Amino acid sequence: MPAAERGFPATAVPDEAIAEAVVVPAPMTAQPAVGAWLRFLGSEMRLMLSRRRNQAGLGVLAAIPIVMAIAVKIANPNDRGQGETFLSKIVGNGFFVALAALIVEIGLFLPLAIAMLSGDAVAGEAQIGTLRNLLVAPVARTRLLATKYVSLVIGSFIGVVVVAVAGLVAGGALFGLHPVATLSGTTLPLPTALLRLLVVVLYVTAFLAALSALGLFVSTLTEQPLGATVAVAIISTTMWILDSIPQLGWLHPWLLVDKQVALADVLRDPIYWPTMRLGLLTDLAYIVVFLLAAWARFSDKDVSG
Amino acid sequence: MTTALATAGLTKRFGAQTAVDGVDLDVPAGAVYGFLGPNGSGKTTTIRMALGLVRPTAGTVTLLGRPMPGDLREVLPRVGALVEGPAFHPYLSGRANLQRLDAADRFADERTSKQRIDAALDRVGLLHAGGKRYRAYSLGMRQRLGIAAALLVPREMLVLDEPTNGLDPQGTREVRQLIASLGHEGVTILVSSHLLAEVEQICTHLGVMRTGQLVAQGRADELRASRRASVRLSTPDVAAAAGVAQRLGLTDVTTSDDGLTAALGDVASEHVVAALVGAGVAVRELVVNRARLEDLFIELTGEGFDAGR
Repeated sequence: MPAAERGFPATAVPDEAIAEAVVVPAPMTAQPAVGAWLRFLGSEMRLMLSRRRNQAGLGVLAAIPIVMAIAVKIANPNDRGQGETFLSKIVGNGFFVALAALIVEIGLFLPLAIAMLSGDAVAGEAQIGTLRNLLVAPVARTRLLATKYVSLVIGSFIGVVVVAVAGLVAGGALFGLHPVATLSGTTLPLPTALLRLLVVVLYVTAFLAALSALGLFVSTLTEQPLGATVAVAIISTTMWILDSIPQLGWLHPWLLVDKQVALADVLRDPIYWPTMRLGLLTDLAYIVVFLLAAWARFSDKDVSG
Repeated sequence: MTTALATAGLTKRFGAQTAVDGVDLDVPAGAVYGFLGPNGSGKTTTIRMALGLVRPTAGTVTLLGRPMPGDLREVLPRVGALVEGPAFHPYLSGRANLQRLDAADRFADERTSKQRIDAALDRVGLLHAGGKRYRAYSLGMRQRLGIAAALLVPREMLVLDEPTNGLDPQGTREVRQLIASLGHEGVTILVSSHLLAEVEQICTHLGVMRTGQLVAQGRADELRASRRASVRLSTPDVAAAAGVAQRLGLTDVTTSDDGLTAALGDVASEHVVAALVGAGVAVRELVVNRARLEDLFIELTGEGFDAGR
């Protein structure tokens, strides 16, 4: 260590006398509430986005639609245009790369990203000890949870947007972007179709926001971020598996993932809302229940890590 | 003198184990309070309860005149703390870590943030290393960054848990000087350590923990005075020497084959020597054991690896 970094400014070593109790002006002037909160949220987002692992995660999310587009492009021409999946429509319109990628990633990659971020949120800070620093800084516990949750939702939105944009770029480059044929047989001009894609993005974000609430709760249960991440990934994957077993039909309405594939309804003309509305209600129910659970757990948890 | 931190019957049980057992801390405002005890004696748990991180099983905490954790939001902005060693994000720079804590504090003014962070880094001698990643910091630099975090805004009280842990002697001296100068500015400081020698010289008050209990507390000079000085004499004329000792009013006289020991009390040691020589006692060696706080500390906390539990 260089000498310049070592030395404290010289101070006199005190005598035995007790220092007079001087009244130090206390910094008790609270900053404007909204501005101060936005500052904290900004710091939280910078922390999330500056982390290399998260940047690599975004790269993986973006890579999937690119891989899909390239795979379809180099596939055997005889296989093209068969079946009724979005994947089969990619050849005619790069727009469908974005949709197909979202449907593929909603099952594993996007939930996995949320699992990672929510593991960091509370358990990660507890593990390295920064949680106690924040709490004595001080940050009120409810404020901390709220900020963590909002940052998870913003992180979800960023993840979904990255997939959609990467899909549009890759699809547009390889197949071009054209007016979109709906499932109802009509054709949407491209700008309208892009607006519909934005609706899909928000719908998927709402799903991830619900999963984030669950993840935040799990994160308050442990000081092992990896444990929280694995738990959230297992819960999410299990729900997808249960949802694919027809014999468990009675359970399906209770599963968070059950209505998510309904995002395809956006491509009906007009948009078919009922299933998505149910999906959003399910999201909302999960958000309320698990945020309350997280708050109940965290508000008087002993922070000894 | 008012009280900065007071606890009454503070107790914390983890399952069957009692980590803190009925502690009545009394930290006067303006004091530099040395909170001593072996590792595992309950110091950190007590500090965690004082700061509202851990909920007491029983007892109360009054910090800067307000009940904790009830008035935590009003009290904590006035207290800077380093709890159980430094903890920061390894992949952020020292400066970025401080920026994060400053952003989290809703009482900190964003406009003065850079200036205050620079001042805090400068105060602990890390200004030039502020841009380095925390991961690359040495243990000493990490400790100092932890102290800097507590100094981001002016505080009425600082709670520094083992701030000299892991530092080399030079680093320890620097931290001690920093604490002393903060104490002179009128900040009340609670500094914990498992090594008496590291903090003794700067503390105005001391509290000693052992296995979860506060076994001694008070002004440092009074604790020092509570240890009476004793005298040990080496002589062939044990019987004559014992007579002189009795005549001088020394107490606790114990004789052996080649000398005696006695409590000195208020008698000056030069009088003892003069009286012995005057009585013709052959003095081979006379040693006065002055009150040493370290002896008291060891007496209170025990020695060896089992000291904690």
